[in-house]
Amino acid sequence: MHNNIEKRLQNLRERLAYITDIFTGKHKDSVTLLEERLASFAGRALSGACESAYAELSGVEDIFAYVERRLEKTLTPMDRVRVVRHPQRVCLRDILENVYDNFTEVGGQDEHSLDPSMLIARAVITRRRGKKTYMQSVMVIGQEKGHGAEYRNGGSVKPWGNAKALQYMGVAETEGIPIHAYIFTPGSYPIEDYPGAAQQIARNIYNMAGLRVPVVAVISEGGSGGAEAIGLADRRLMLSHGYYSVISPEGAAAIEGRLKNGQRASPELIEHCAANLKIQAEDNLKFGYIDRIIQEPPLGARPWHFDFFRSLRQELIRATDEVVISTRKTPVLRGLALARHRNPENDIDHLYIRWGLSGGAKTRLVQRRQRKLLRLSRQAARDRRPFLTKTATAFWDWISKPWVVFKYDFYRKHQRWITTLMEEINNEIDMFKYRLLSPWRKFSRRLPNRTENKAKELTALSSWKEDSRSRRWDYLSPRYKADRTLTCPNSESYGCLDLWGPDLFAEFAGVCSHCGYHFPMEPEWYVRNVFDTGSTFEFNSEIEAGNPLDFPDFSERISQAKKKTGAKSGCMTFEARIDNIKMVVVMFMGTFRGGSVGAAEGYKFVEAAARAAKKRYPFLAYVHGTAGIRIQEGTHGLIQMPRCTVAVRRYIEAGGLYMVLYDTNSFAGPVASFLGCSPYQFAVRSSNIGFAGPGVIKETTGMDIPPKYHRSYRALSRGHIQGIWDRRQIRANLKQALLTIGGRNLYYR
Amino acid sequence: MIDISELLDAIKSSPYREIVVAAPHTGRMSFAALETGMCVHGPQGQWKEMPGTTLGTLEREGNPKPICAPENGEICRIHKELDGGFVEAGAPLVVLRHMLTRDEVQRIILQKTLYLFRAPERAKYYFTPETDKKIRATDAHSVTIRDGMELFIMSRMKREVPLHYAGPDGVIYEIYFKYNENLDAGAPLIGVCPRDHLHVIQDMIARVQTEWTET
Repeated sequence: MHNNIEKRLQNLRERLAYITDIFTGKHKDSVTLLEERLASFAGRALSGACESAYAELSGVEDIFAYVERRLEKTLTPMDRVRVVRHPQRVCLRDILENVYDNFTEVGGQDEHSLDPSMLIARAVITRRRGKKTYMQSVMVIGQEKGHGAEYRNGGSVKPWGNAKALQYMGVAETEGIPIHAYIFTPGSYPIEDYPGAAQQIARNIYNMAGLRVPVVAVISEGGSGGAEAIGLADRRLMLSHGYYSVISPEGAAAIEGRLKNGQRASPELIEHCAANLKIQAEDNLKFGYIDRIIQEPPLGARPWHFDFFRSLRQELIRATDEVVISTRKTPVLRGLALARHRNPENDIDHLYIRWGLSGGAKTRLVQRRQRKLLRLSRQAARDRRPFLTKTATAFWDWISKPWVVFKYDFYRKHQRWITTLMEEINNEIDMFKYRLLSPWRKFSRRLPNRTENKAKELTALSSWKEDSRSRRWDYLSPRYKADRTLTCPNSESYGCLDLWGPDLFAEFAGVCSHCGYHFPMEPEWYVRNVFDTGSTFEFNSEIEAGNPLDFPDFSERISQAKKKTGAKSGCMTFEARIDNIKMVVVMFMGTFRGGSVGAAEGYKFVEAAARAAKKRYPFLAYVHGTAGIRIQEGTHGLIQMPRCTVAVRRYIEAGGLYMVLYDTNSFAGPVASFLGCSPYQFAVRSSNIGFAGPGVIKETTGMDIPPKYHRSYRALSRGHIQGIWDRRQIRANLKQALLTIGGRNLYYR
Repeated sequence: MIDISELLDAIKSSPYREIVVAAPHTGRMSFAALETGMCVHGPQGQWKEMPGTTLGTLEREGNPKPICAPENGEICRIHKELDGGFVEAGAPLVVLRHMLTRDEVQRIILQKTLYLFRAPERAKYYFTPETDKKIRATDAHSVTIRDGMELFIMSRMKREVPLHYAGPDGVIYEIYFKYNENLDAGAPLIGVCPRDHLHVIQDMIARVQTEWTET
């Protein structure tokens, strides 16, 4: 048999295996048809019975192409998940070889790398205008699945891999070259070794929110935190067969089916979750979380689809050009250039645009990126504020702006000389009074009884009446009414005696009097006992959590949670005072569906950050508990990670003080983004902080983890949090932190 | 001279240890659905983080507390008459028959045959340089020790004192401590056996390791 025929036969065999794999038993007739045709041709070609082998082979290839086109229409969401995970799918190295004109891998090579699943390369694109050739450099960062190579770990990046990505993002920023991020990951590797999965992702997102170079992301397999770690971009493109989701369908099925350790979800349940999570490219384009879809060949791109690489190259260059053009100041020139680039007739390789940006353009680029993210996902939360309230809020916002500008931008800036002037004037007045009243003072000094008060003040004991130590709790947990005892979970190791409920939940504030273990308390306990009595003022309480994806049976569960807690969402935003220090507080309540964060919670968080920035108040995130992103909201929930981080970054860069206090259990998305990015994070004793729970770690990595793996003390030793507080001392510690970190004015710039 | 066959026979005739699970405090006891003869397991997992089979619940002042099996074993008696009733602290609830494992048998034998020299106070312990050299050069079995011999250095808070061995003459069979680690008072330092018993004990351990079947 001719060598060329053998090669093409091999290709057909691979295509057949691919179809069998991704449809897992479905479309048996098509598969048998292809098998028979292939076998009969191969048999005759081998025996030399073919008259015109090439013509017959073309016929077989046509049948393959036809069947692939037909099966393409039957692809279900779960089939697409199998497509992106298949070892034959294009991977980052294929793209580097076929899309870019030249590249050098940096930060490790193959298995000799800090983390082989994160691939970084300096690549070059060559463009031609007339006779002149231009070389344009980019930094390519992305997860590498390596056609199923074991050491690539399936594109699951370890924390240090994400740290490496961040390092080279910094390099790109220094060099002023654009970044192309390729997302090929089922999720991040959920271990807490330094720098910690959650903490590193939070750092990455925070830094990408202010990265001063164009970033274009391409999503093939966008799984949750791993995708967000390099995915915050100016333009997000998505491959048509890819998925972008808050959680893998298997993970969603495990949560939906409430599976315990070791149990496996049924294929039907996984299929059901994949279909309802709206993870496909079209869905995400409709929501606005991606900007464009890149069409792939039928049944997904594989390394021999060279046309696909060509269109990918065109789209990438076009997206990068668009980002660069959109930072231009003059609207007319910008419009003309954008129109030229968006015209599909034009060959993008011959339109040259410089990718370097001026200082002003860089600032505009970052501002555009941040504003774009802040606009997203508003429609997914239900804003039940009456029209009048909304208008009044907006009006007040507008009208109070000049006052705020005067107070903080003018008065505070010139405060020092104004106060100096006032002091001088006061001194003069005092001296004048002193001279005026001196005859009267001479007379009064001779009167009796003047020294007695002084002596008493100096010798008597101070009174304890006003001391804060004798302060009783303003709010007692309703559990104190139950006449029963409770066992401390540490009683095995510390020998704690049983605690009587009415003592524990009232006077002891839920703290074991022997070992100091903290029993979880209600969110109200903190609102009423930490802040000044009557000082809290809730806002935006009408923004409600809903069911934006119409996930089956989820609306009932949300309304049940609302009824149970009396809150409209898992997040409460309010203004409060501690010893007259005003602040804006956002509280995630573990009692409302585990404190999961969805579109409504993200909306309220962003609004609260904006309010704190405007009023120049410190901003405190009190996390009573959070289980992560609300998976039933799909990407509406996931987008809150970069979105809220952008809000935090804008607040901090405006000069604000952002503090986070963790209590009970805080896990996953929020910790890996807008909570974990705070420079000042504290935890209440007995709290757990981490990226994924023990069950998920066991399932994804196969490792058993020790029982106290997520304790806050480990987070403290790793450097994630800055301190661990006793619950009874939260008020005092908060005040102390505000005064020392925030400085005298609490607004430290 | 110890009689190994007798010792082994004694263990073989009752190859289990009876564990009496007693009430840790007063309360109302309700047993789980267990029968005599059923097998239960003790704490499991790499860190023993999963508790053993629940034998019952003891409730005091509205606080139900599970009573779990402390070891693997077979239930040989349940005091069912206490079910639903009030029990005093220390009242026996369940009797487990724990089949001895190979390591446990070995430990029993060594306990009976070796003389244990114990740490007199909490400190770090080292062998004297000569002994240490001998142990490193060959093995512990070759070191003969006599009563009153200067054998250890006891080190605590930068204070080093020689410690004299007191007990029967023999060879060191086993060393129970590590250098640079603090030992509590009363913890065994070395196990000593007479020189002529050495091969007998070694034989016996070998027999236990090969012949004892774990269930």
